[in-house]
Amino acid sequence: MAHPPAQQQGSPIGQPPEEQGISSDRYRRLFKAVTVATAIVAIAPLIILAILNYHQYKRAYRADLIHPISLLTLNTKRSLEFFLSQRRSALKMIINDKSFNELCDQAALEEIFVNLKASFGGGFVDLGLIDDQGNQCSYVGPFELEGINYAGQQWFREVALRGVYVSEVFEGFRKVPHFIIAVKHETGPRDYHVLRATIDTELLNDQVLHLSERPNSDAFLISRKGVLQSPSRTYGDVLDDFPLEVPPYSVKVEVVEQLDERGRPLIVGYAYIESTSFVLLLINRPEAIMGNWLSLRSEMIVFTAVSALLILAVIFWGAHYMVSRIRAADVKRASVFHNMEYTNKMATIGRLAAGVAHEINNPLAIINEKAGLLRDLVTYGEDHPLNEKFDRIVDSIIKSVERCSSITHRLLGFARQREASTEMINLEPLIQEVLGFLGKSALHRDIEVRINVPDDLPAIESDRRQLQQIFLNIINNAFAAVDDGGRIEIGMTEAEPGTVAVSVTDNGSGISKENMKHIFEPFFTTKKGYGTGLGLSITFSMVAKIGGRIEVSSVEGEGTTFTILLPVVESRD
Amino acid sequence: MDGLRVLLVDDEEELVETLVERMQIRGFRAEAVTRGIDAITRIRESEFDVVVLDVKMPGLDGMEVIAQLKNDRPELQVILLTGHGSSEDAARGIKAGAFDYLIKPVDIEELIEIINRAAAR
Repeated sequence: MAHPPAQQQGSPIGQPPEEQGISSDRYRRLFKAVTVATAIVAIAPLIILAILNYHQYKRAYRADLIHPISLLTLNTKRSLEFFLSQRRSALKMIINDKSFNELCDQAALEEIFVNLKASFGGGFVDLGLIDDQGNQCSYVGPFELEGINYAGQQWFREVALRGVYVSEVFEGFRKVPHFIIAVKHETGPRDYHVLRATIDTELLNDQVLHLSERPNSDAFLISRKGVLQSPSRTYGDVLDDFPLEVPPYSVKVEVVEQLDERGRPLIVGYAYIESTSFVLLLINRPEAIMGNWLSLRSEMIVFTAVSALLILAVIFWGAHYMVSRIRAADVKRASVFHNMEYTNKMATIGRLAAGVAHEINNPLAIINEKAGLLRDLVTYGEDHPLNEKFDRIVDSIIKSVERCSSITHRLLGFARQREASTEMINLEPLIQEVLGFLGKSALHRDIEVRINVPDDLPAIESDRRQLQQIFLNIINNAFAAVDDGGRIEIGMTEAEPGTVAVSVTDNGSGISKENMKHIFEPFFTTKKGYGTGLGLSITFSMVAKIGGRIEVSSVEGEGTTFTILLPVVESRD
Repeated sequence: MDGLRVLLVDDEEELVETLVERMQIRGFRAEAVTRGIDAITRIRESEFDVVVLDVKMPGLDGMEVIAQLKNDRPELQVILLTGHGSSEDAARGIKAGAFDYLIKPVDIEELIEIINRAAAR
């Protein structure tokens, strides 16, 4: 039966254990376990440390970023409050110091206005005195606002109620952004008058604008309703709407992280300016400032990755080396086991066979001689009608003796020759001899054994005993593999110059792909309960010992072919 | 009938007696002993042309007997009988002066042929 070319190749024989690497599953599992365990122990702390460092650095960078913003916002809040408080106090001082009539005097108010401007260096645009009915009784300034009535205006109601009022920035009658500061002075339970000054917003802007000069920064004022009170580099001019949400009220300076309208991160420092509706905002885009952090982060990632790779490489190399050494030691140990097992087996068989053969040989010799004598008596004696029958009986006895004798000779021959010895061997008679041991089994189980051997097959120089054992093991396995009525084909060819190939093909159940990986491993057996798992392993070693190699191909459900390649001239390892 | 005188020595009495009988049928003056010491005694007493000697025997074994015989009667031809697998013994026997060896069980015709060749020497 011809199989397709080798479907599943077993390990080539004769390879020293050191070169076999870590191919089998058992060692691959060990390699995997060692690698994974060591990698976890070695790399996990590195990664944990890297993550901790990452977060610590990130926190530190954030703190570095937030602290100056908080400080700047606080300083600016204080100077703004001081700026407004100075002007409020000046107006308070004037209204408290002068009577309504004095202030109502246009010339006196003009003099006060000049003094104010001289003292505060600008900022005051105009100054007016308003009675409790909202009538402006005196006014100093660039516009013609004398006699105007403010009774219906929101700011007049606010100052009447609170005593002091700082307005939001508004355009007013002049259509120029400005804000006012107004203070009230009560002269009786219902009598009061109000001093009102318009302040140039430029001065207010100057308080804030210097903050915007920092890179990636924007500083400006908004009202609590979200209207820009000073120009912003990013969000537009005075009185434009501020597009982001107004931060919640807080008496302290706050720094928060939030996303802008495009989802980019912002760091926002803000402060509510006391007694006004102004909110100071200092906005920073962190990308640029975080640049250092990002490069540090990249360096950390690269360092961690390179370290991890290096550790992994060392672990791989170490585990491979260690597992290879373990495997080599296992193979060596198994080889010692083989030799012990083999030597013990051969010694036991030898003793048993020699004893049995010797004990049987003597009575066989007697039977042989007695039968011979019987024949002699018939041959040399008188003619007798039964002489022919006697002769046939004697013939049968002598043939049976010869059969017994050949068995005892084989037993003795097999048990002898412990020492390796090389001789020229014709393979066919040797295989026939091996088959002789199994002949009865073939007959009883109706197994067909065919031998194909070309006439010009060269004799090989080898060790007869080893070859007998090798073929006995392989053919015995073939017998075990086939069902009753199965077929075993033994072919011999000169595979390549100087090499004879003996193939033993059975039509049994075949070997599974999984088992194929292990069949030459010591202690591997599929013969549940009665296999030692050493047969093929020993065969493998013996073939290697006489300089050959063994190949196996199998198709599940169709059968298996073992091919033993033997050198014509032995070259021992 | 050349009437060669043959002494068969083997501890298996049944075997040697049968062989003796078969040889006598063929005209040999054969006789048998079952112990090595008896063989030496017998050879000192009588003349023999050929001795057929089993190698493995209790007491004096074939190798000791052959040594003694070669001492007493150097011209006497000795043929050894060995069990299978005792070719080393046979080789030692031939070195010690035996003419040839046969592996048991023997074929009578082969034995006679070798006895004749030994006697002819």
